[in-house]
Amino acid sequence: MAGFDKRVNSYAEAMAGLSDGMTVIAGGFGLCGIPENLIAEIKRVGARDLTVVSNNCGVDGFGLGVLLEDRQIRKMIASYVGENALFEKQLLSGELEVELTPQGTLAEKMRAGGAGIPAFFTATGVGTPVAEGKETRQFNGRDYLMETAIVGDFAIVKGWKADWYGNVIYRHTAQNFNPLAAAAGKITVVEVEEIVAPGELEPTQIHTPGIYVDRVILGQFEKRIEQRTVRC
Amino acid sequence: MALSREQMAQRVARELQDGFYVNLGIGIPTLVANYVPEGMEVMLQSENGLLGMGAFPTEDTIDADMINAGKQTVTARTGASIFSSAESFAMIRGGHIDLTVLGAFEVDVAGNIASWMVPGKLVKGMGGAMDLVAGAENIIVTMTHASKNGESKLLERCSLPLTGAGCIKRVLTDLAYLEISDGAFILKERAPGVSVEEIIEKTAGKLIVPDHVPEMQFA
Repeated sequence: MAGFDKRVNSYAEAMAGLSDGMTVIAGGFGLCGIPENLIAEIKRVGARDLTVVSNNCGVDGFGLGVLLEDRQIRKMIASYVGENALFEKQLLSGELEVELTPQGTLAEKMRAGGAGIPAFFTATGVGTPVAEGKETRQFNGRDYLMETAIVGDFAIVKGWKADWYGNVIYRHTAQNFNPLAAAAGKITVVEVEEIVAPGELEPTQIHTPGIYVDRVILGQFEKRIEQRTVRC
Repeated sequence: MALSREQMAQRVARELQDGFYVNLGIGIPTLVANYVPEGMEVMLQSENGLLGMGAFPTEDTIDADMINAGKQTVTARTGASIFSSAESFAMIRGGHIDLTVLGAFEVDVAGNIASWMVPGKLVKGMGGAMDLVAGAENIIVTMTHASKNGESKLLERCSLPLTGAGCIKRVLTDLAYLEISDGAFILKERAPGVSVEEIIEKTAGKLIVPDHVPEMQFA
């Protein structure tokens, strides 16, 4: 019981405490490495007015796209949202607010959030619409924008394997934003394909140390492919 | 004749060097991977967190957890590494990528690039393009020289919102290879059978035409 054992047995337990108006950071790139069951649980719970931070917003009917169906997302912070007709409709009707953020800046905002750094300077976006309203400073003769960190009330993460203590390993390019999201959540929930006993994961191979993780749950995954391309 | 997409990729591939780490954007830039010269080794970076992108998988080896930045299923080559998005953009922003190739809507004589947003049309997002142009020293933009309506995309000043300011030095279009320096495009090469006059006519920004402009050669 308890100690460092982060395992929970139901998705309801995994997302307990989620409420209206919260900020949720989600790992994933496109549909690769998305916490698909945790997203589905947010839909089931029905929390509204959410700010969702994720590189993309899923597709119609899958991934974060399902949270648009009942208008649960008030604001989306993402780098690319082009794969989703419902997103487009809600954006044009003004029901949904979007803050487009360069991909590297988005990654660093999450990383900074998890690392206790409130803001950082980057050359990305200088001279573009992204720079509007942001402080600019010169270092070594070049202009840089100040970008602020993001911390989530919840971070939802998809891992490959985790142990009871919440140490996580990601599989291939399903890593993407997941370790950054994991560190940036006040409550971090990780769903994985396999849970193993402590000691079974090689310590030097851990991507996300358990200190960042609050809850671990075992899931079944569809792993939908967005662009199926094969060698001819 | 204007260059085909394949010829544009072939021409860009001549800028590759053995041992280069290269980021290729979506579209024509992706095709560059097909023309890496024999005996040369380059490592392709995909900004979703893969250095050493390989060929597309076979039906048997397709894996939903193995994609590139275009969200296509891919493989990793021997010697590849896989990492987080923060690590990926540390490489990009930190200037560790030897060559970046990407498309654009417009480029101007100041080296500004516009590639992500057309006001009045739906804005889908900049993805990693702003980080790529801000971080790379060596960038080649590939695009058609003029729009379908014949309007030049090589301008005195970009009309669309920028992706990056003052960061582009080289442009390959379907008509010409140009460099940007001291507030002008410099015509370096022309596509086979394309006249200098046509390039002058289709370049809205200040263009410097040297006495001799060699024609690109293709096998």
